[in-house]
Amino acid sequence: MAAGKVEKYKSDGSLGGNALEWVNARFPATSLWKEHLSEYYAPKNFNFWYFFGSLALLVLVIQIVTGIFLVMHYKPDAALNANGVPVAFASVEYIMRDVPGGWLIRYMHSTGASAFFIVVYLHMFRGLLYGSYRKPRELTWLFGVGIFLVLMGEAFFGYLLPWGQMSFWGAQVIVNLFSALPLIGPDLSLIIRGDYVVGDATLNRFFSFHVIAFPLVLLGLVAAHILALHETGSNNPDGIEIKANKDANGIPRDGIPFHPYYTVKDIVGVVVFLMVFSAVLFFAPEGGGYFLEYNNFYPADPLKTPPHIAPVWYFTPYYSILRAMVWNFFGLDAKFWGVVAMGASVVIFAFLPWLDRSPVKSIRYRGPIFKTLLTLFVICFFILGYLGTQPPSPMGELVSQICTLFYFGFFLGMPWWSRMDKFKPVPERVTMK
Amino acid sequence: MKKFLMALLFAPLAALASGGAHLDRWPGGVGDEAALQNGAKLFVNYCLNCHGASHLRYNKLTEIGLTEQQVKDYLMFTSDKIGDQMTVAARSDEQKQWFGAAPPDLTVISRARASEMGSGADWLYTYLRSFYRDEKRPTGWNNVVFENVGMPHVLWQLQGIQVMNPETHKLGLAVPGNSLRPSTTRRFPIWLPSWSGWQSRTSCTASVLAGSFLLSWLCSSCWPMH
Amino acid sequence: MSNQGKMDCGRRRLIVATAAVGGAGAVAVLVPFVSSLLPSERAKAAGAPVEAEIGKLEAGQMMTVEWRGKPVWIINRTKEMLATLPKLNDQMADPKSEKDMQPAYAQNENRSIKPEYMVVIGICTHLGCSPSSKFKPGADEGMPADWLGGFLCPCHGSTFDFAGRVFKAKPAPTNLEVPPHVYLSDTRILIGEDKKGA
Repeated sequence: MAAGKVEKYKSDGSLGGNALEWVNARFPATSLWKEHLSEYYAPKNFNFWYFFGSLALLVLVIQIVTGIFLVMHYKPDAALNANGVPVAFASVEYIMRDVPGGWLIRYMHSTGASAFFIVVYLHMFRGLLYGSYRKPRELTWLFGVGIFLVLMGEAFFGYLLPWGQMSFWGAQVIVNLFSALPLIGPDLSLIIRGDYVVGDATLNRFFSFHVIAFPLVLLGLVAAHILALHETGSNNPDGIEIKANKDANGIPRDGIPFHPYYTVKDIVGVVVFLMVFSAVLFFAPEGGGYFLEYNNFYPADPLKTPPHIAPVWYFTPYYSILRAMVWNFFGLDAKFWGVVAMGASVVIFAFLPWLDRSPVKSIRYRGPIFKTLLTLFVICFFILGYLGTQPPSPMGELVSQICTLFYFGFFLGMPWWSRMDKFKPVPERVTMK
Repeated sequence: MKKFLMALLFAPLAALASGGAHLDRWPGGVGDEAALQNGAKLFVNYCLNCHGASHLRYNKLTEIGLTEQQVKDYLMFTSDKIGDQMTVAARSDEQKQWFGAAPPDLTVISRARASEMGSGADWLYTYLRSFYRDEKRPTGWNNVVFENVGMPHVLWQLQGIQVMNPETHKLGLAVPGNSLRPSTTRRFPIWLPSWSGWQSRTSCTASVLAGSFLLSWLCSSCWPMH
Repeated sequence: MSNQGKMDCGRRRLIVATAAVGGAGAVAVLVPFVSSLLPSERAKAAGAPVEAEIGKLEAGQMMTVEWRGKPVWIINRTKEMLATLPKLNDQMADPKSEKDMQPAYAQNENRSIKPEYMVVIGICTHLGCSPSSKFKPGADEGMPADWLGGFLCPCHGSTFDFAGRVFKAKPAPTNLEVPPHVYLSDTRILIGEDKKGA
């Protein structure tokens, strides 16, 4: 499959053929096309869970294109204009009202942010279901965890830009989290803010990170994620290596070329996705206060915290874990452990390939222990997410502590419980369920 | 009947000090053009003296069934160009000196006031009917859903004066409002939220139209896939 | 063979030396970039002291002034409010204000220069939210029934009394900070500086 094996393209004498030969002598266009699309053999038994990778790519494109156009009108400036409204806040309303079609571009970007996380969470869950992170795809998984981390940073930086109350106080809380780190903490948060409080300097650097630094890193990681995947080949709902069973031409017997089979199949996913996306976009762009928080329609006020602040929904599970830590250990206060637990709850995904010791990959051949624990894990994740949107309460605190305990228990106990299950025999060839 | 309506409208609200645990449902309808126009008129006459709607331009008002000439004749007091933003004559830093705090811009207040307890219109509908006399406040007014509100009750002549019963914590009308304009007196808490909701999202109609078109196109493109 | 080994050794030394010089250069280049992230001269200069007029502040009321982009509360405490402070001593994380969260002249039982006027930065020491005032004793404002009045941070539920002291077992590690301040006259306070005219 390596590029070297592909024969150089020979023109058939037509004008197009000549042009292609000219290009191919200078750039591996045809071999790239073959390697990654027309002769990339993907397992033939993909189900709907396999839509979310290509959908994530689609949302990435939506975010980049809408982002480019938003930057043409947006101004990262925290100063008040003559009407007493911060310039940044006013420039978002300017986009929404005065720029022709601006409201659509802005809503696409804000809805796209939530859509990105929905798609990525489902994509990650697919990995959990079918053991896609297992050998030999550890690096694909690690690049994916990197994408997830960068995406969270991207979302966090972007959320400050409208300069509303939630933008401001969200950034204030998260930046102050870093000050909990011993020794370097206070200086680190000063370096992130660029001022003693969240202000114009913070807004400007977050803008820079959001539109330049993080997107560049994100694109690099996405390329690495796909290259790593195409090196090993895709996993499938049976968790079988299709490359173990090749025909005389060296083509996997259970593989079909990604193009045209999956490019066409993915269009179905795209259409369904676009229907859901545009239903939200055009009829409920606020997503019931979850996609665009109501309090963010107040311009940022450094003197007054809204009575109830919560992060956007995609951060709430980790935020709950942060709040669940209320104990001081080893002479370090709860704030530090909250940050550690929150960081660990995301980074722990990176260790999955080495935590999972089950002899089979796919949930189809795993037993009741995995199915029960995975279900409980998902339930815990949802409960944590819900509690993160709610104001602090003693009951909520207790429940989130229990869920946090289970969350980490799920991962840390995995080397043991993943081996104890009842496993079903794995077939030789993929099954078409 | 009239008395009953009054009682209903200015009905004693569940006065909870924590800042409005209960909101009354706004009884108006979205897209009622007459209500929007009346709301715009009230807004320009009563609110725009101190509060701006600075993200909105006057020419947008043609979308609620007014002609440019009507907008110029009846609604434009602070500027003469139809493309101007609906701003306050005073600068906000001056206002801050006069009032201690600059009155906030109200363009998107209806979106900001939405919460789990109700829509922005519900909040405004309740708020507008919840002012009561309170001599302890510098303005002489307080509000049940917005405790220690900085603003006096600008519409008191329309609504009349409410007082809070110290025992039941319920509001009652002590002095009735302007009897010459009973319909305005009754309906201003409906009209203003109507206007406020509209000005907070001006792309609503376009959005619903474009969305319906796109969704039906996507649906129709599904059939060949079957 | 041995000759080749020597050459390798020499080459390795060269590589190590190049890498060391290059690495030092890269770190040196990093310095201006990282230092550009620190607060600029403009940000440092923005911390000028502010004056507050407290003559009109009625007993039991609170006003907020902005200093260095942060809210500074001035609370005119009533006798009842002051009376709650000693009662709460055993529920406080730092009842005697031993941690360095106030100038020496405010390290007393009321954490203030004049007993009635509390001057404090209204930023929670946990993660920097601004607590909301919950002045009414009891459960009226959604607080526990034995609440004596004070502040509640909306973000993570830390509670503070009328002297900005934090309750035990709350996320906030220390009491609220008392900024340097000085009375210019009976009704005017300068916040951000200790000495008159300095």
